Amino acid sequence: MAAIVTVSGLTKTYDGGFEALKGVDLEIEEGEILALLGPNGAGKTTLISIICGITTPSDGRITIGGQDSQAEYRAARSLIGLVPQEVSLEPFETVLNTVNFSRGLFGKPRDPAYIEKILRQLSLWDKKGAKIMTLSGGMKRRVLIAKALSHEPRVLFLDEPTAGVDVELRKDMWEIVETLRQSGVTIILTTHYIEEAEAIADRVGVINKGEILLVEEKNALMRRMGQKELRIDLDTPLDAVPEALAAYPLALSADGGLTYTYDTRAESTGITRLLADLSKAGLHMSDLHTTQSSLEDIFVDLVKEDAQ
Amino acid sequence: MNLHAIRAIYVFEMARTFRTLAQSIISPVLSTSLYFIVFGAAIGSRIDQVDGVSYGAFIVPGLIMLTVITQSITNASFGIYFPKFIGSIYELLSAPVSFYEIVIGYVGAAATKAFMIGLIILATSFAFVDISIAHPVWMLAFLVLTCVSFALLGFIIGIWAGNFEQLQLVPLLVITPLVFLGGSFYSITMLPPFWQNVTLFNPVVYLVSGFRWSFFGTADVAVGWSLLAIGGFTVACLLAIRWIFRTGYKIRT
Repeated sequence: MAAIVTVSGLTKTYDGGFEALKGVDLEIEEGEILALLGPNGAGKTTLISIICGITTPSDGRITIGGQDSQAEYRAARSLIGLVPQEVSLEPFETVLNTVNFSRGLFGKPRDPAYIEKILRQLSLWDKKGAKIMTLSGGMKRRVLIAKALSHEPRVLFLDEPTAGVDVELRKDMWEIVETLRQSGVTIILTTHYIEEAEAIADRVGVINKGEILLVEEKNALMRRMGQKELRIDLDTPLDAVPEALAAYPLALSADGGLTYTYDTRAESTGITRLLADLSKAGLHMSDLHTTQSSLEDIFVDLVKEDAQ
Repeated sequence: MNLHAIRAIYVFEMARTFRTLAQSIISPVLSTSLYFIVFGAAIGSRIDQVDGVSYGAFIVPGLIMLTVITQSITNASFGIYFPKFIGSIYELLSAPVSFYEIVIGYVGAAATKAFMIGLIILATSFAFVDISIAHPVWMLAFLVLTCVSFALLGFIIGIWAGNFEQLQLVPLLVITPLVFLGGSFYSITMLPPFWQNVTLFNPVVYLVSGFRWSFFGTADVAVGWSLLAIGGFTVACLLAIRWIFRTGYKIRT
């Protein structure tokens, strides 16, 4: 797939001297959902703001659809829609007016049919004549999305789309994002909820202290970084790990079973040998099951490594 | 040129005007009527003619200027300050628009509203005094130029202001005194010679004088100077706005 957004050597130092981005390189492929994962203050919003033209970079270059974001800012920006983190809307305006305004601002002629389609898709059509201030928080976020989509962008940036929203609304958002992807829009979202990245992203970028630590396909990342655990249930519970098995990284679980941690990347997982040694030691297994570590574990490990 | 963007901004801003139409119009009309009653009828009846014009009629151009200048600044400064305040300016900054388009949209809408109010006040004044307009085309030209130039100034104030107090500060502390001391209610020839010279540093003098000339054919300063002053002021505001967008002053980090 071709890259629709490329970021190279991007740095940002704010006036106070704070280095928000320290040389970010990133390629976003057309049609994918990329989740930028990072703790608060990692530089996620700064990165998105620079790509969208709200913040000026200190150095580096960005192209959107092959157009330079500075030299050809009109062409570049018209491809982009941004859903900001904060709900920033004109309170006294109606939903329809505010969405029409966005479309015009991005240089597109009025298209009532298209706007109706978006508003219906976001379940906002019934509220089209309502003033923004009368809407619920969830509805306001939908209005922000409708505004961002009003000019038919090819790339949509969602800055923390589900920060501070309830579980139901979060699921709604995920569904909306999936529907958008199916319509061919490339989606970049920032989040500090790992489960969000895990649930909807194709690729995950981990950003911390202004640096991108890695960008990988989500499943590959989880496979590669994944520590797996093998739970061994025994007929007779143990009080301690038998000495004969001391060489293995085994832990005793609460019910007297054993837990074996191994790395799927390793040349040998050691499972076969372990199982052989278990029967040699005279232990009878009643059940076996494995669990994969979640993206959360991977993320915590990465950020911890970065801190060292 | 992103004409759709200019149109979108203009329509959006005018919608705000029409939403608040009653309060936008009633208050200037009311305050102007009060000026007419107090200055025109009560005090004015004891004042002789000024430059061959009855005092009630003499103050009409000044009164229109007073309201139009204040309105232009307030409309434009609020128009750009409000999105900044609520955060919706992100959209403007991320849109494929140049500063010219943003300015034309916002300043155009603010000036249009001020212009409309100017005409309404003119219409109101017909109810109080007899006036004839010697140069109607010039009158409209001065009115439009004043609306546009002060809306530009208002736009700058709106960008500069960090809170609602600062938004009020310039109109209250700078503009109101300049307009009151700019010959709105008197001919500067009534002042002692020293103050006549001081007052020539007040840009509003040139506006009011030129505007009054378009009504009565007499002026405190030559009409050419009036045009030059207002043209220079407009250019200065445009340069300041260009600098703001070049550097991102107060809007882009």
